[in-house]
Amino acid sequence: MSDILSTLLGNPVVHGEEWTLKELFVYPNEYIYWSIQIVMYPFMTGLVAGAFVLSSLYHVFGMKQLKDMARFSLVFSFALLFVAPMPLLFHLQQPLRGIHVFMTPHFTSAIAAFGVVFSTYGAIVASELWFVYRKYFVQTSQRLRNKMDRTLPETIKYLVTTILTLGSYDISEKALQRDERAVKILAGVGIPVACFLHGYAGFIFGSVKANALWMTPLMPVIFIMSAIVSGIALCMLTYIITMELRRLRASRPGIPYHLREEIKGVELNEIRMTSRYLIFFMIFAISLELLDLVFRGYTAVKSWDVLRSVIYGKDFTNIFILQYTVGNLIPFISLLIPGLTIRRAVVTLLLVLFGVFMMRWNVVIGGQSFSLSFSGYMHYHLPIIPHNIETFKEGLAGMLVILVMPFVLFWILTKIFPVFEFKEGH
Amino acid sequence: MTRREFLKNTLRLTGALAMAGSAIEILKPDSVFSARPSDVRWVFLVDTYKCVGCGMCVRACKLENEVPYDANVTRTWVERYVLTKDGRLLADSPKGARDGFISPRIDLGMGEYREIRPEEIEKAFFVPKLCNQCENPPCVQVCPVGATYQASDGVVLVDRKWCIGCGYCIMACPYGVRFFHPVYKVAEKCNFCYHRINKGLKPACVLACPFDARRIGNIKDPDDPVTKVITKERVSVLKDEYGTKPQVYYIGLSKEVR
Repeated sequence: MSDILSTLLGNPVVHGEEWTLKELFVYPNEYIYWSIQIVMYPFMTGLVAGAFVLSSLYHVFGMKQLKDMARFSLVFSFALLFVAPMPLLFHLQQPLRGIHVFMTPHFTSAIAAFGVVFSTYGAIVASELWFVYRKYFVQTSQRLRNKMDRTLPETIKYLVTTILTLGSYDISEKALQRDERAVKILAGVGIPVACFLHGYAGFIFGSVKANALWMTPLMPVIFIMSAIVSGIALCMLTYIITMELRRLRASRPGIPYHLREEIKGVELNEIRMTSRYLIFFMIFAISLELLDLVFRGYTAVKSWDVLRSVIYGKDFTNIFILQYTVGNLIPFISLLIPGLTIRRAVVTLLLVLFGVFMMRWNVVIGGQSFSLSFSGYMHYHLPIIPHNIETFKEGLAGMLVILVMPFVLFWILTKIFPVFEFKEGH
Repeated sequence: MTRREFLKNTLRLTGALAMAGSAIEILKPDSVFSARPSDVRWVFLVDTYKCVGCGMCVRACKLENEVPYDANVTRTWVERYVLTKDGRLLADSPKGARDGFISPRIDLGMGEYREIRPEEIEKAFFVPKLCNQCENPPCVQVCPVGATYQASDGVVLVDRKWCIGCGYCIMACPYGVRFFHPVYKVAEKCNFCYHRINKGLKPACVLACPFDARRIGNIKDPDDPVTKVITKERVSVLKDEYGTKPQVYYIGLSKEVR
């Protein structure tokens, strides 16, 4: 009892107080409760959805130019999938109870759908991956089984691939054709599910009637479009980086000449092709965002006064300079200029990703930068150097952990699902 | 027993059991409650004319409900509105008015204050705020695990053992009454001192108010004095445009109140 009393009488940290600055009239309990991790959450799910849509463009619509990208982005989407719920977990005040969302979902809540949608989507991606890589598993498992002097990594590889065949060793022409059909169906079903996964992330925000900036039925659609943009951009970027790294490694002395010939680096044609789809989805995303802005200004309901002061005043740099100019306009022009080079593509893609990140930031943080009283403002200061668990989780450090995680996972996953090694593919 | 007899008896037994069985109905607790609706619906009445901004209610609430005294969050608070003669609207609620409004300086946030001289003031008043125990509570709707729920007497409660601390309810409340409890790390809100009203006691803030500016009542009881005021006099509620159907009624609410 005395413990509780001493904590009660002391000055315990109020969640949100450490990074919120209040200006003018703000209700006493108002803080920026949803901070950097909630910016990261839609950013990461967006990347998942986008990467999957990109891989489906090949499988469903048979866009042959995207063949290399398709396999790559499917594995990357799977890596991102595991990272997507991590920001949510990081921001929970009771992270150990996070499982309640799966166990006792309360279905009037948009977040409760997370368990269902996320598991469905995960199952689809996992089974599609299995069908794509089944032939490889069978071949590897059989090759290693007959090998007499297996090294330890080879034994592990043998065990993993044998388990992953799930006892199905039939790789006749007929069986592989069935696999291909299954991939096509799964990729087809996956597109709406991926869109739903992300669209509903938009719904989480769009349905909050108390928040004047968030509440719009356009929110889910805006989220899907920018998700696809960011997903395609990240896949292209990772593709370029890994291909270039492989080329660098192959050009080291001691590598046989024929291997060096084989690894040529990035297929520029592939990048140019994909960037066309990127432009296409960017146009959609930007048009919808501008429509939302114009509509708000034109209808000018009660909240418009405070929204205007945020959009054109306090957050002007974040919205119009960083998001629209640096993140949208410059990459858009850069992609339209003919003769795209690898270097220009890298810079452009980084800018596109930055633009989408700023869009998430401006929605999540921007939506909390004004008081419910409509007569005050809140300023967010991202904690840079953590001094307790809260400022670690919801600060720069936590954000970097989330950003690095997909690449670590992707690296581990490529050990099981080789993205480049097997040539014949499906 | 012949086969014929056996079949006959089986049929009889089944019939008898079915008839008896039909009298038994499996009931869910919810349907029982709705069949015998609660005869209590708690509502609150705030008379802004009587409030002097002393902050006794805020102090009483913090102590009664174990909300850390110095933490900058509170279940109930009092706002001060000042309209100057040159048409400016100023409002503040320093520390939720825990220490009362003892200074004529208006808190502008970011460490800035504005001194107001009495002759500058056109009108000024205080408005106490607390949870509206909405008839259509958005916080209950958005809780992903059902940790916050509405009792049959209308009060919205939080299950501290089940709340995951996602903050969605805090975002969904248009009145800003919710916050994270600094010690329990779960969503926290005013519940009309549920532990007290269920024992026939008055909420701490009602008891602490020296001017009777805060009153609690049962809207389903036509003889309740609070009910009589709400049904017979001119009262209003906060932010009804959100469709939440708030159940804290105000006397003398001015249009400047946010």
